[in-house]
Amino acid sequence: MSDKKTLIINGKEVEFTDEPNLLEVIRKAGFNVPTFCYRPDLTQYGACRMCVVEVEYPNGRTLINSSCTMPPEANIKVKTNTERTRRIRKTVLELLLANHDRECTTCDKSGKCELQQYAEEYGIKDVSKYVEKRKEDFLPIDNSNPALVRDPNKCILCGACVRACTEFQGHSVLGFANRGSKTLVQPIAGKALSKVDCVFCGQCQAVCPTGALTIKNEVNDVWSLITDPNKKVLAQIAPSVRVAIGEEFGLEPGANTIGLINAALKEIGFDLVFDTNFSADLTIMEEAHEFVERVSKGENLPLFTSCCPAWVRYLETQHPEMLNHLSSCKSPQGMLSPILRELVPQYFEGYTSENINIVSIMPCTAKKVEAKRAQLRKDGKFETDYVLTTQELAKMIKSAGIDFKSLEPVEGDSPFAQYTGAGTIFGASGGVAEAAVRTAYEFVTGEPLSDLDINGMRGVDKNHRCKDVELDIKGTKVKVRVVSTLKEAEKSLQEIKNGTADFHMLEVMACPGGCINGGGQPRSCDDSHIKEKRAAGLYKEDTELTYRRSNDNPDIKKLYKEFLESPGSHKAHELLHTAYQDKFKGSYKDVVKN
Amino acid sequence: MSPQTHAGIDYSKVDEILSAFEYKKSNLIAILQKVQEVFRFLPLDVMTYIGTKIEGLSPATVYGVATFYAQFSLEPKGKYEIKVCDGTACHVRGSMPVLNAVYQCLNLKDGVYTSEDGLFSVETVSCLGACGLAPVVVVNDKVYPQMTADAIKIVIATIMNEEEEGK
Repeated sequence: MSDKKTLIINGKEVEFTDEPNLLEVIRKAGFNVPTFCYRPDLTQYGACRMCVVEVEYPNGRTLINSSCTMPPEANIKVKTNTERTRRIRKTVLELLLANHDRECTTCDKSGKCELQQYAEEYGIKDVSKYVEKRKEDFLPIDNSNPALVRDPNKCILCGACVRACTEFQGHSVLGFANRGSKTLVQPIAGKALSKVDCVFCGQCQAVCPTGALTIKNEVNDVWSLITDPNKKVLAQIAPSVRVAIGEEFGLEPGANTIGLINAALKEIGFDLVFDTNFSADLTIMEEAHEFVERVSKGENLPLFTSCCPAWVRYLETQHPEMLNHLSSCKSPQGMLSPILRELVPQYFEGYTSENINIVSIMPCTAKKVEAKRAQLRKDGKFETDYVLTTQELAKMIKSAGIDFKSLEPVEGDSPFAQYTGAGTIFGASGGVAEAAVRTAYEFVTGEPLSDLDINGMRGVDKNHRCKDVELDIKGTKVKVRVVSTLKEAEKSLQEIKNGTADFHMLEVMACPGGCINGGGQPRSCDDSHIKEKRAAGLYKEDTELTYRRSNDNPDIKKLYKEFLESPGSHKAHELLHTAYQDKFKGSYKDVVKN
Repeated sequence: MSPQTHAGIDYSKVDEILSAFEYKKSNLIAILQKVQEVFRFLPLDVMTYIGTKIEGLSPATVYGVATFYAQFSLEPKGKYEIKVCDGTACHVRGSMPVLNAVYQCLNLKDGVYTSEDGLFSVETVSCLGACGLAPVVVVNDKVYPQMTADAIKIVIATIMNEEEEGK
């Protein structure tokens, strides 16, 4: 097997080993071919035919092949850019454009759209020789939910979203319907996303090459808040935003830009800027307390983490009978907003519970839906007013004319400025469990955990979507399972139902690899390694911080001393814990009772 | 063609079919055929149900298969199912005028395949394997060979008369 295998790409001899397809070999060799449907983390599909190459076999035959579906073969000669391949790609583009709503300037994907990019690169100027899509044939846009917008008139049927929904979430909310020229990608019977069992993880949108699936843009609403002189606008920034937003401004994935984000937000006009890392620490205090309590009582185990809103919605709609396992802790976003509303007026002059507005910056589309939960409302007002994704904040920074890279880094506002490494690693799959264990160990034993790196919980690539770790807490064996993607989560739920499950805590993140690869993050679906770099950025910050256990955070200690008393106290329950709702009714599985 | 929901579906029948086919993903088409035989069409709720019961499938996927094949109907089929063969042999021997005559006779418009009284439904099939009799029409398993536009009108009128008298 160690035989060196080579092939020729554009005259250059290239070695290959176990690459799944020719396209990967081409990219490793430093060349590129365009593609709409190929996504390295999804199965190969061969739908778009943009990645065609000319392959000359040793017997002299020359064939046109799609490089994404062809396994690399020794001794073939591949040409990626010939007259024939250009002609094929141009025809594909022309046909797609003729059947496309080409209202580019007002499209949310404009500037990030692959169809737009290739049409420009290949110089497509006229598609009038084909029958063009008429405005009167346009299908309605699904704008029914707070997170995602589906515009079927911009769909090119590459099937990436269908594969993402199936292969990541095991859920296939989206599917193909009809046949031939009438084919559509849609939820069952063309229903609105809000009417089916969609969890709004946004992975479909993250792999969509065009404007067919986009994030519901709330930038303008936030601008209106900021420009209103009677309103005070507070921001909170989630852990994984800091290691990804730099990509929008030419920085490397994983570069920690929290200081720049703080500075940009102040420049934009936010009055106060806080860090969701702080409330991640708070979540750990409450969740570790809850975990220790449940273990000592032997109740409702395994404990499910509740930070991921897509996961919470999945349980509520698919397995409401298991909601008792879910931690009653609000997510970090859900915890920080009520604390800010309660305490900021005490610390800052001119801030009242009436004029405070809170905008959270999240890597996540499902957070937009979470913020609208009835349980996260107080006195008729949502605790978090708006949720902007990383992508939306980048647009905001650009439109404000801010040169992000040359900003002077600024610290977040006190009294909640300090955070620990445990809060930071929330952004990567396994981080919440690792952070919880660091603190739970001390809650149980009264001694600090010495080795803080729990490597068995780390890893965000395809092979690390289910991680089992056994810990020894002074003689007590505690088993923790970490999963990312709901497909993996479902397997664990089935184990629990069958009685074969053998773990005390289950951390679930719906997006593959966790929040660093969330649906609201900058586009990264062409490169599997971007999420690994982002995770590395978080683990790096973890080691650089003074405190790495949530219970060591001085601001957290102060908050409990002056305000919350102790984890699990009455006050803590009032502000930091929540209830869940059985949403089985109306879900797919409810069909029998109709 | 808007899919129909169906109140009071007997899901035990669906369960029987599913277990006869071992809840296997690869048997989906056979399962849908059997379901259509029982219900005379594929109610949306039944497709959703099947999608949640078979591992590896989802309601949207089942819907995708059901809308891909012309043999599946998402609206109730008529008491008399008219199958007009449009395979190559039938096509060249004039199946299209036959089909148009059926549409005209039953007052069907584009996208509607069942007559208003629910008596007739029409579908085209790709080949019935009876090319020697082309063009062929099958009404509820009865084969009508060498059809013409006029002949099929008589066939339909005869069935209509029988139905009238039956009442």
